[in-house]
Parts: sequence; structure tokens; C-alpha cells
Amino acid sequence: MKAWMGKLKAFMLFSFLTILLAGCGKENLTALDPKGYGAESSMDIILLTTIVMLGVFFVVMIIYTIVLMRFRRKKGDTTIPKQVEGNKTLETVWTVIPIILVFIMGIPTVIYTFDLADTSEASGSINIDVTGKQYWWNFEYQGEEVVTSQDLYIPTGEKVYLNMLSSDVIHSFWVPTISGKMDVNPENVNTMYIEAYEEGVYWGKCAELCGPSHSLMDFKVIAVSPEEYEQWISDMQNVDPEAVPSDAVAQEGQELFQNNCMGCHAIGSAPVGMGPNLTNFGDRTHFVGYLEPTKENLVDWIMDPESVKPGNLMTGTYDVSEEEADKIADYLMQLKPSEITPESAGGLKD
Amino acid sequence: MSTATQKRSFSAALWDYLTTVDHKKVGILYMAFGAFFFILGGLEALIIRIQLVKPENDFISAGFYNEMITMHGTTMIFFAAMPILIGLMNYIMPLQIGARDVAFPFLNGLGVWLFIMGGLLMNVSWFTGGAPDAGWTNYAPLSLQSPGHGINYYVMGLQLSGAGTLMSGINFIVTIVLMRGPGMTYMRMPLFSWTTLVASILILFAFPAFTIALFLMQFDRMFGSAFFDIALGGNSIIWQHLFWIFGHPEVYILILPAFGIFSEIFPTFSKKRLFGYTAMVFATFLIAFLGFMVWAHHMFTVGLGPVANAIFAIGTMAIAVPTGIKIFNWLLTMWGGSVAITTPMLYALGFIPSFTIGGMTGVMLGATVADFQYHDTYFVIAHFHYVIVGGVVFGILAAMHYWWPLMFNRVLNDKLGKLEFWLFFIGFHLTFFIQHFLGLMGMPRRYWVFLENQGLDLGNAISTVGAFFMAAGVIVFLYNVVYSYVKGEAAPQDPWDGRTLEWTVPTPVPFYNFKQLPLTRGLDPLWIEKMEGDGKMKPAEPLADIHMPNNSILPFLISSGFTLASFGFIYQLDGPVGRILIYIGMAFAIGCMIIRSLKDDHGYNVTKEELEKEGA
Repeated sequence: MKAWMGKLKAFMLFSFLTILLAGCGKENLTALDPKGYGAESSMDIILLTTIVMLGVFFVVMIIYTIVLMRFRRKKGDTTIPKQVEGNKTLETVWTVIPIILVFIMGIPTVIYTFDLADTSEASGSINIDVTGKQYWWNFEYQGEEVVTSQDLYIPTGEKVYLNMLSSDVIHSFWVPTISGKMDVNPENVNTMYIEAYEEGVYWGKCAELCGPSHSLMDFKVIAVSPEEYEQWISDMQNVDPEAVPSDAVAQEGQELFQNNCMGCHAIGSAPVGMGPNLTNFGDRTHFVGYLEPTKENLVDWIMDPESVKPGNLMTGTYDVSEEEADKIADYLMQLKPSEITPESAGGLKD
Repeated sequence: MSTATQKRSFSAALWDYLTTVDHKKVGILYMAFGAFFFILGGLEALIIRIQLVKPENDFISAGFYNEMITMHGTTMIFFAAMPILIGLMNYIMPLQIGARDVAFPFLNGLGVWLFIMGGLLMNVSWFTGGAPDAGWTNYAPLSLQSPGHGINYYVMGLQLSGAGTLMSGINFIVTIVLMRGPGMTYMRMPLFSWTTLVASILILFAFPAFTIALFLMQFDRMFGSAFFDIALGGNSIIWQHLFWIFGHPEVYILILPAFGIFSEIFPTFSKKRLFGYTAMVFATFLIAFLGFMVWAHHMFTVGLGPVANAIFAIGTMAIAVPTGIKIFNWLLTMWGGSVAITTPMLYALGFIPSFTIGGMTGVMLGATVADFQYHDTYFVIAHFHYVIVGGVVFGILAAMHYWWPLMFNRVLNDKLGKLEFWLFFIGFHLTFFIQHFLGLMGMPRRYWVFLENQGLDLGNAISTVGAFFMAAGVIVFLYNVVYSYVKGEAAPQDPWDGRTLEWTVPTPVPFYNFKQLPLTRGLDPLWIEKMEGDGKMKPAEPLADIHMPNNSILPFLISSGFTLASFGFIYQLDGPVGRILIYIGMAFAIGCMIIRSLKDDHGYNVTKEELEKEGA
């Protein structure tokens, strides 16, 4: 039994070390390495509360260890310990100190809470209407006539205001490295701001159970320099939705797309539709939110959406052959309206 | 009626349990079915962990995964943890306060059968086209949108068992207020009885909110109303408020009795009275009171605004103060004591660091701005499992080992018990500690798959290994139960050198509990007699006839009627069969209730002569 326990302890120590070596998660997904205003604010409070709480834990464990070392019953010991009712001083101490600790943690928490909820400067800043849908995201840039889905482009170093509304069930908008989350409710617009400090591509996740494909509702935030952002906006504004691709196969794909897909999917600026806006589809880092951007994956998705994203609303709304799907994929993958892409922003880091 | 010693056939025993109104047998029914659902919920947990053992696993489908997490949560909270605790309250509390039964034995029988049928009803959904799949929180509008009948089963199953729980709550309150034995003043009550009272008060105030929420959900899904339907002017946030106004006190309904259990175990195995008894009682009340003031900390990300968020943040942190008082009082109970490390004590000792971690992360979650990162991630999963497993389940397992000799007349094997503890304890920390970090590394909860190359692989694999350790611990416990039943010897009356009244009754416990009600002379009455007297309780009354309630099959029949009607409600939109079932079921249940009301049942007397024959 003893030796076995020793092995267990060694195993636990080993696993703990491995975890430490694995670091704090993947860059641009983890909340532990903040690169934005919201995430940094959260990290301040996380660190403050963790340190205070570890202090309390430390005190508890010291008393606990002393008790276990000093007051274990020896074999055959039948002495009756003194029956102590309590101790006023001690009890006052461990009531008053925690109250002080609550204030130490509470006051900064309240200040930060009001700071993160302050949207008074929203007018005059960049405002983006975010729509959550099963299982994708739509981003409409107010006053710019620019719409994207799945990829949200923002300039670094300034607060970008997101006005979020769901058109079906509750979702939650979370880009851990840049900002904490906020729910996307169907009945009221929630406004939050995000600010990215560094250029890069950041993972976004849906954080409120929204159906079978909840775990596949990923999106990206692409933070670029303010100049590049202006460039991207004007590139997107200049998109000609009818533009005929140079490649012959892609041309056929465009025709098939217009016949089968346009009912739900828009190219160019359009109000939020049944399906994602595909204006800059060819620039995306992932298809369907999480698949590597290969043609094979895209054709698989078009042919059998249910197996790729269970419960999605695209399944069964059209009828194309594999050959046709191939051509549509060719068309979609050449939709690259701008030089400013996730790649140019540094791409996803491994 | 000295049935306790008679050999009976299986069918007679079955009939006995179907009709029982004895608080001890009702308690055992609660615990037995609670254990059944605990194992079921545990298997669901294992399936979840197998699905998450590696990235993009396809062990089960996305829809089935959502059913699995919903049923795991619901089963563990409503059909495992709470019933087992209510079972313990049923069995132990009347013995601790020197009562012969609870105040309303018939209601007690009704409560247990409503719970059992509610739990079984909900699990029928597995076989009838899909279990509920909107999470145990069942947020609208996802729950309204969910196809099939799964959510209907959720609504009716919880409505049935919830009614049973509410009855138990009322029953325990009345019992403790009116039926404490001679000399048992409030401030002499053992802490487990105190926490039973406070948890019952919480049930009384918290459950109606949930009952209403469930009714509104039922109307929306089955009768075409639109309380939560935004398109028709409803509001889905109302569901979240109603759910958490119930849901947060529910956490304390679970943890307070566990606190009570540990408050019995620490003094017993330290041979020292509970440190700061008065403070412990008031801390319990303070936790319960504050527990109603903090529900919106589950909703920090909903967008309630900074004022509401700030208030609820401070309220949440404030709960740490009375909880801290309790932790330090337990430590100081052991300080200067003579600490014997038995299996129940081992669980109590494991509870202190585990629950302290759960409490720490609770305060951290209460800090709004930090919660924006934690919320709905594996950090939250880790937090509430540290509280519910590290607090409640440890408490339940400790209580099983502690009171097993009293309830089942056997002492569980201590070596096996310790093996069980270490497997469960190590498995628990392996499973859940790493999840704090998984959450912060970007893994939201309720994720059917996590993606490759996101740094989440190792943590999830470790977590799955831990889950199997926990399962092994439970298997050792089950083996221990069988082993002690087959190989064990009859337990002595007071195996732990106890301090409270439940150790003064002979085992097996007579159905009338106390032949003569004992006179309580202070806190820890048995200990006082051991120190200042001859170790025996002094009777507070002469030997006389004891009035006892008659058994009745009506609780079982009433519950069956409501269950039948529930099936009707679940399927009422599908055609006339459902609607007919509603009428049959309701008529049957109401008919039985009328019989109960009109038929006089005065119970019976155990005569003085019979009591004398039973021996000392």
C-alpha cells in the first residue's frame, strides 16, 4: 500500500510538471496571455483575487498541517481532551480579516466593472453590429456598407464597439486573448467594446450552449494596423458582387452559385441573411469556422453539411452534384477582395 | 407489531417499502434510489469524459452529447445529491432531536414516491426518442426550440420530484419546530439537525420559483403561451432569473447538510465539542440568507449593466465570510483534540482543502470582470465540481461510513473505506484541478469536441484518467457494502464513541425509535451522560403506550396517478391519447387524495406490554 501510494504521488508530480511545461495554452486563444484591453482588465482582477485567495488557502493549510502533526490520537491513548466552547478573540479575528479582504477585492472589481461597461464614447468610434446565428457570426460595419461573416477585422489600438443581437437562441461572444465574453441575446442589443493591442489573428468561441454544433461555432478576430484597416474597408466597399472570375471553371461555379446559393448567401454588402456573407470567403483562415481552408474540405461541406456541422440549417436546401460542388468551391475560393488578410496580419500562430 | 425481528418474504418486504411511512424506511428509499441515480449520472459522466479524451473525437454524436450533459447535471443535482441528503435527514434528524417520527409521515411517503417517479420518468426519455438536450439550466429559447419531447420530460420529471422535495422541506421544518424531545432546546440541537432546518427553509422559499418557471415552460411548450418566446413578445431572460433565484439557493440546499455532516464527524473523531457552536449556527443562517441575494452572479455576462453586476459581485464575495468562519471552526475543533483517522474522518480531512479551493474559486468567480473570462468555461466546471464533489459528495460518502452502523447494523470495512477514499480523492483532483486551466486556456463548457492543436489535449486526457479513478473508488464502496453485509458482524450500538442522541438507540433501530424519550441536558447529550453520568440517557417519561401511524399504499398510488398524467402532458400535443391519459391520471390521483381525506386513520398504539416484551 505504501509503495503504491508513493508511485501515485510521483505520477501526480510528473503530470503537474508536464502541464507547467505545456505553458498556458495556445497563443491567441488563451486568456492567460492577454493582448487586449478587456482581457488585460480581467487578468488584473484574476491575479488580485488569486493572490488574496492563495493567502487564505495558505493560512488554512498551515493550521491544517499543524493539527494533523500535533493532535493525532496515539494508539491506546484514551485521555479526554479539554472541551473548549470557543474563543471570542479568535472568532472575531477570522470574521474581521475576511471582511477586510472582501473590500480589498471588491473595490477594484467595482471600478473595473464600471470601466468595462462604459460605452459613452461609442458614437464617433467604430461600431459593428454583431449577429449570432446557429452556428455562425455576422459582422456589419455601421455606416460603411461593409459586411463579413466569421472573420471580424478591427484596427489595433482603439476601442471598437460591438452591438450584439442574436436572431435565434442565446450565444456568447468570446475572444479570450482580447476580451472577456458577453452574451448575444435575442431580445436586446448588448454593447461591449474590444481593443486589441497587437496585430494578429485571434480565436473567437461561442460560450453559451446553442445547439448540437455549439462547439463548432468558432470565429476569428483579425487585428490590423489602422492604415491597413482603412485599406481593407475601402477594398471591401469596392467589391463588385457580379465580378466575373478570370478562370473558366470558376465562371461556371459562379453561375451555379447564383442559381443555388444566392437565396441565402450574399456577396458584397447586404443585410444579415439566412446564411453567412461570402464576400471575402477566399481570405478566411478556416472554412465553416474550424476546417482547414482546403478545397476538399469545402466540397465535403457542400455535399454533406450535416456531418460537418450537425444541426446546421443549410442541409437539404439545395441540390448539387459533386462535380458542381467542385466548381462552386473554385468560385468561392477565389473571392479575395483585399490585400489585407489574416495572413498579412500574421496568421494563426502554432 | 414487532415486525422488526420477523423473517419476511421478499414480497412482504416489497409491500412494506411500498406502503411505509416510517421515516427510517423512507430515508432508506431516498438513499437507495439516490444511489441508483448517482451511478447512472456517474456513467453519463464517464461517457462525457471518454468523448473528450482526445481532440475531435467521435465517440458519440453532437446531439447525443448534449443529452448526456443535460442528464448528467440534472440527475446528479436533483436525483442523486439532493435525495441522498434528504434520505439522511429523514433517517438521522428525528433520532438526533429525540423524536419518534417526522411530523407528517404520510406526506413523507408521498414525497419519496414523487421523487422516485419523477427521476424514473425523466430517464424514460432515453428510450422514447431523445432525452432533454438544452443543458441542466434549460435556457430559453434553446429549450423552446428543442425538437421532440425531451424538454417535456425535463419539465414534468422535475415538477414531480420538485413537489416531493417541497413536501420534505415543509415536513422537516415542522418536525424540528414542534417535535424536539424533552430538553432539546434549539441551541442544544446537533449541527446536522440545524442544517436540516436551514436547508428546509431554503427549499421552502427557493423551490416555488422553480415550480413557476417549470409551469411557464410547460405552458410555452405544450399550450402555446409565449412567456419566453421573443417573437410573440416574451422574454427569455426571465427564465434565467427564475432558474437562478431557485438555482443558487439550491447549491446551499446541497452544501449546508454536508456542512452539518462534517460538523458531527469532526467533534466525534477529535473527542472534542464543536468549536464555536453558536457561531456555526449563525454562520449557517447567514449563508442561507446571503444565498438568496446572489443569483445574478450566474448572469454577469447577460448584460444586466454595471450597477447590478457590482452589487451581486460584492454579495457573492461576502458569502466567503461565514463560510470562512466555518472552516476555521472545524480546524479549531481538531486543535487540541485527539484526532482518530477513520474513513469518515478521512473524508472530512479531504473535504477541508478541496472545499477551500472550491470556495476560493467561488470568490474569484464573484469578481465580475474576472468572471467575463471564467464564465461558461471549464473553470466554472472545475469550480462547481470542487464544491459539489469536494463538499457534497465527500459529505455524503463520509455520512455513509459514519452512520452505516446505525442504519444497516454493519460497520463498513475501514481498510476498504480508506482505499475507496484515496482512489476517489486522487481521481477527483486529477479530473477537476486541471479544468481550471483548460477554461482559462480557452475551452468553453458544453463543448462536444475541442479542436486539434489548441493546447487542450493533455489537460483533457488527464481529466479523463481522473474520472476513472473516481469510478474505481465508487466500485470499492459498493464492494465494501456487499462485503460488510456478507462477512461483517453486527454493529455495536455506539461504534464511534458518539456524542449525540442517535447513538443511544439500539440497532437495528426499533420502528418507534425511543422506547422512552430521553432527557437532553445540554449540547452533545450522550457525551454529557458519558462524562457526568453512567453513559446512559435518563428517560424523560414513564414507559407508556406509543402512538404510531398506519402504513398506506396511497402515497404510491397518488404518485402513480400524477406520473400517468405527466405522460399525458408530455404527449398531449400529439393526439387524443395524451389528453385522455391526463384525465385518467389526474382522476386517479385526486380520487386517492379524496379517499385519504375522507377515511379516518387514527394510527395504532404500541402498548406498554408489547414494549416490555421487546426487552431492554
